Parts: sequence; structure tokens; C-alpha cells
Amino acid sequence: MEQKIYDVLIIGGGPAGLTAGIYASRAKLSVLILNEGAVGGQMILTNEVANYPGVEKTTGYHLANSMKKQAREFGCIIKSNLQIANYELSGAVKNVELTDGSIYKALSVIIATGGKPRQLNVLGEDTFRGTGISYCATCDGEFFTGKDIVVVGGGNSALEEAVSLTKYANKVTIIHQFNHFQAFEYAIAEAKENPKISFVYNSVISQFNGNENLQSVSVKNVVTGDVSKLPTQGAFIFIGYLPNTNAFKGILDLNDMNEIITTSEMETNIPGVFAAGDSIAKRYRQITTAVADGTIAALSASDFVAKSKQHHLVMQN
Amino acid sequence: MLRTALHEIETAEELKKLISENENVMVCCGRMGPMCIPVYDAMEELEVEKPNVKFFSMAFDSPEAWIVRNDQACKGFMGLPFTMYYKNGKVAHATTSIQTMDKIKAVLKDKFNA
Ligand SMILES: Cc1cc2nc3c(=O)[nH]c(=O)nc-3n(C[C@H](O)[C@H](O)[C@H](O)COP(=O)(O)OP(=O)(O)OC[C@H]3O[C@@H](n4cnc5c(N)ncnc54)[C@H](O)[C@@H]3O)c2cc1C
Repeated sequence: MEQKIYDVLIIGGGPAGLTAGIYASRAKLSVLILNEGAVGGQMILTNEVANYPGVEKTTGYHLANSMKKQAREFGCIIKSNLQIANYELSGAVKNVELTDGSIYKALSVIIATGGKPRQLNVLGEDTFRGTGISYCATCDGEFFTGKDIVVVGGGNSALEEAVSLTKYANKVTIIHQFNHFQAFEYAIAEAKENPKISFVYNSVISQFNGNENLQSVSVKNVVTGDVSKLPTQGAFIFIGYLPNTNAFKGILDLNDMNEIITTSEMETNIPGVFAAGDSIAKRYRQITTAVADGTIAALSASDFVAKSKQHHLVMQN
Repeated sequence: MLRTALHEIETAEELKKLISENENVMVCCGRMGPMCIPVYDAMEELEVEKPNVKFFSMAFDSPEAWIVRNDQACKGFMGLPFTMYYKNGKVAHATTSIQTMDKIKAVLKDKFNA
């Protein structure tokens, strides 16, 4: 049986991918979205979205579900919770193979793989996830009521979440690898004024220790090299985001931060392959910018598909 | 009230009834937060794939969720959601915090042969 060739294959089902799906399927193209995790991407990490124009206040989950529904209503097929093993993007027909062996083909591809929270990748991080280590203050803060905890990071998220965690914790120690913060002044001031918060500068966590639950962290001073143990019952990690582009190294042109380089039409270095959202090289990463990128990528892909079909017809005649 | 496509268990009695009537039951007890939504999402997909397992959600903040929160298997858990796997009415396994589809599938295979 001959395998279906989609007009547009979208990798990633966050706001960029879903918007591309809405536009491309509304243009009557056959569209498939392949998404690794839960549909919605980082939007579902957002409890409250208050800056999406036209929607005064909503949750990330609701916004994600509306976008998913809208894309499906236009005929877009969405498959989630899967893993892609291999990409062949250079030919006229692009192939993507999943870890279960199934292969999907398309005339054009839009990469919208977004970003993910950076992990420390130190000993014990996997062991104590959910039994002391957390990446979400709003989800898990109350489990640490009356406890001494640490927050790792020095950006806006780390400082803002540290302040919000003082609602529950007895004491919050912010561990930061530099001697200055990269956060906005207001966030720094708020953290410094909070009597429950103390700071350990020029330091990183080198190991998480405990039995059933986290009991201490080994803290290494990056200037002196000294390692000390800090007793703690919780560790919240907010050290920024990484673009999900590992799979495209050596295939697409990436910058030194591993972000995909695109033109203003969202074209990559491979004809017929476009990219959109947080995975591309750009300054501002928001839902609004992701949906704008997704729109442009879908329109560019539609144009590319129309031209390839026309070219194919000319060649046949 | 959670708004997922899974059936939401509302009382401890209902949970007891469901695990006594069904051989393999998975219950995700959480909120509508970033650590819980991916687990519900995976369960919604598995519900279609694995008819020999029953999949349910339960609101962590409901007073009735004491039945999960106070379970011995959840001792030391400090991350949402608390996910329970019941075999023939008894807890076969429990996990804390976000789980990937692969991890969930591995537990279903190991504990329920599903
Ligand atoms: C805590 C938090 C709060 C935020 N709050 C706001 C806010 O209030 N307002 C705002 O405008 N922005 C906010 N943002 C930023 C906003 O969420 C992002 O800019 C936006 O989601 C980026 O969209 P995206 O589609 O490019 O990527 P993502 O949302 O990251 O989605 C990418 C999708 O691709 C999937 N994927 C990744 N790799 C692969 C692969 N190899 N194969 C298949 N699928 C893959 C992922 O599972 C994911 O579903 C927030 C971000 C965070 C983390």
C-alpha cells in the first residue's frame, strides 16, 4: 500500500505548532502534528495567561485546549505522547520515523519543538524528583510548609518563585552560580527585602543527598572549589530553558545557543523545512510571538507546497 | 473539579467501589497544573489503547482525596500528582510528580501486564 504523503508535517504541538496547524489545515492542506509530550507545550506550565490579546485572563491549559480543538476542527490530525527517532529532511519528500517504527511522509515540515526547563544534571536529581526536588512552586510549594528549602537560579523565575515559596517554607536559601543576578531590579529587590530569604553566591549544587527523601545538598563554591553540605528538605530548580533542537544538530543550521536560524519567512537552510516558536533564534519568547511565527511558517509552507505540486505537474506534462 | 476527558472520581466510596469492580485501575490524583496535565493527557490516550485498564482522575484538593493522600504508598511524596495503580483492589504501585508516557507504560506492563 502506498503511504500517504502529507502536505505539511508539524513537529511540536505548542502554540507555534498548533497555530501552524490551524492555518495550514484551514488552507485545505493535509496536515499532521507529531508532538512528543502533552499538547500545548509550555503553555500548560502557565497557570494564568493575562497577556494574550483578546482573552482577558485564562489558564494555559484552556488556551492550549482551545487551540487544539480549533486545529482539529479544520481537519488537522494531532498525535501526541510519541517519540521521533529519525529525520530525513533533505529530499523532495521528507520522512520522519517514530521509535515504534512508523514512518510519516510530507512535502514540507515545520519544526516547532519549543523549549524545556534546563536541569542541573547532577547526582541524585532523578532520585529525589517528587520526594524533595521540584520544578514547579505553584504545584508543590505547600508540601514544604514549615521546612527549610533551597532555590537554584538567578533569573526572574528563580527570584519570583523564591518569594512565592516563603508563603510556605520556614527558610529559603537561593543558590546562585554568580555573584550578581540576571533578574529585573524589582524581582531582586523583593527577594532581598524578604526576611525568610538568604543567599549563597558563586555556588552550584554538586549532589543531592538523602534516603527516602532529600536531606541535604552538596554545595560547591565555584571560586574556591570548597564543597559543603547544606541540610535541606526541598530544592526548587529554575535555571532557564533550553531549545529542543538536539535532534537537528548537523541537519539544520543552528546558532551557538542551539537555536534554529531562520529567515523572516521562517525558512531554514533546507528547502521545504520551516521553523517557528521558541526553538528558533530570536529575542522574545512569548505565546504571542510563537503564534505569529507559526502563522508565517504555515503560510510559507503552503506557498512552498503549492509551488512543488505545480512543478510536479509541469514535469509530468 | 478537574476538567479532563477522564472520568473524575468524586468520593472515597466511589474509588473503593471502582477498584473492587475492576481488576486494573490507574488513578491520577492532582490539580490542573503543569506536572499533572501531562499525566492526564497520557492517560486519555492510553484509555483508548488499553481496554483492560480503567483510567480515572481525582482532585487532590477534594476532602475525599484523603483516600489517596493518606495511603501508606504515598508516604514521603512531595510532588503532584500522586498516581495510584490498583490491582484487584490493592495498591500495586504509586508514583509522585510528573511521569512520561514511557514510564507509565512500563508500570502498566509490569503491574497489570497491559
Ligand atoms: C512557566 C512559564 C510561564 C510562561 N508564561 C507566559 C505568559 O504568561 N505569557 C506568554 O505569552 N508566554 C509565557 N510563557 C512563554 C510561552 O509559554 C512560550 O514562549 C511558548 O509556549 C512557546 O511556544 P512553542 O510552540 O514555540 O514551544 P512550546 O510551548 O515549548 O511547545 C513545543 C512542543 O513541542 C514538543 N516537542 C519538543 N521536542 C519535540 C520532538 N523532538 N518531537 C516532537 N515534539 C516535540 C513539546 O512536547 C511541546 O509540546 C511562559 C513559559 C513558562 C515556562
